[in-house]
Amino acid sequence: MAADEQVTLLDTWASSIGMRVRIALAEKGVKYEFIEQDLWNKSGLLLQMNPVHKKIPVLVHNGKPVCESLVIAQYIDEVWKDKAPLLPSDPYQRAQSRFWADFVDKKIYEHVRTIMTTKVEDQEAAGKKDFIDTLKLMEGELGDKPYFGGETLGYVDVALLPYCCWFYTYENILNFSLEADCPKLNAYCKRCLQKESVSKSLEDPKKIYDFALKLRKKLGVE
Amino acid sequence: MDEMKYSMAEEIKVFRSWSSPFALRIIWALKLKGVEFDTIYEDLTNKSPLLLQYNPIHKKVPVLVHNGKVICESLVILEYIDETWKQNPLLPEDPHQKANARFWAKFGDDKVMQSIGGGVLLKEGKEQEEGFAASMEDLKYLEEEIRGKKFFGGETIGLADIALGWLAHYLDIFEEIVGLKLIDQEKFPSLAAWKQEFTNAPIIRENWPDRDKLVTKFAAMREANLGKGTPK
Repeated sequence: MAADEQVTLLDTWASSIGMRVRIALAEKGVKYEFIEQDLWNKSGLLLQMNPVHKKIPVLVHNGKPVCESLVIAQYIDEVWKDKAPLLPSDPYQRAQSRFWADFVDKKIYEHVRTIMTTKVEDQEAAGKKDFIDTLKLMEGELGDKPYFGGETLGYVDVALLPYCCWFYTYENILNFSLEADCPKLNAYCKRCLQKESVSKSLEDPKKIYDFALKLRKKLGVE
Repeated sequence: MDEMKYSMAEEIKVFRSWSSPFALRIIWALKLKGVEFDTIYEDLTNKSPLLLQYNPIHKKVPVLVHNGKVICESLVILEYIDETWKQNPLLPEDPHQKANARFWAKFGDDKVMQSIGGGVLLKEGKEQEEGFAASMEDLKYLEEEIRGKKFFGGETIGLADIALGWLAHYLDIFEEIVGLKLIDQEKFPSLAAWKQEFTNAPIIRENWPDRDKLVTKFAAMREANLGKGTPK
């Protein structure tokens, strides 16, 4: 890393999307400044760095912004390429990783958005079963591998792992048990949380639940 | 040994439908790189068992099969193509420029397609007005990004051009169907110029689906969505 390297992350502490970037940076051992954003009162810096979406996360590297969490993750992988590769080197394996990360980004993101904006009593009708089926699909894809990336933490893990600290919240809202319904995924989360790059990037599940309840009240579903 | 096997029997198949703008991306990318391939046309109202076997999760086109390796999702396929056949690169070398190209490709799919395809084409009344307003915002960002450049990729067609390329042909059709002008020459001069460049570019200009057929198809889609027609 160059001496004048400056890395800043515009993020919010509870964001499962922001956590993806934190994990990627931690895996690469990149030192960065975390600047907490207030999304109800967006800063001039955020609006300047992400004028199109006005969202977090934004990675600012030597003054230049990169937006969209998975675009950022690939950027990080390409810039800090000498350590902990997130994507494999074979094009077909890379395509598989991209496919599954995209699946997490679209399918799981859509599920949790529904969960978070739906009243407890309406969750069954809103797709509780579909969500659990999607998690089981991920279990199938994981198989017996320690990570989705194989022997080492990879791009798909970066996309998915933040949900590990949010599962407690979804369990409570949906009234289900990850351990009972998706034991492999549960074990995967526990195993990955033993890695410092993951545990330091995620937040305490109880704090997340507290935050989630406050947010749901604000949205009028709690 | 592997090299001999591949050069003797490189097998590349693209599953597409005649009208899918997503599948068109793959056709463009392979042709721009001079890669020969076989095309399998799918009737999306009656999907083949092979398609469902190759893409069980999304059950969509395009699908690329390269020497038995199956890749789904058009943007994923594009990156695979760029990494496998390195001539006429679709992405630049510089990581920040690469990230920029990916950003705009994603913007096209996440935002522009939703506001124009979902909001303007398939809606009416107030919902269409809202879609139109959203599309104006989206197009404004594209206008700023393309200003001063021949293509989103610079001097040559890149990933973002291929991802946004549907605008250069399908948009005129949508505008005709709904009677609204979206990429107005005065409002979006740079984007209008890009549309011309892209639509007339070699390879691109030879591979557009039949215009009249597209008008019929998307007009029917609009009718069906508005509840007036008989859904298929």
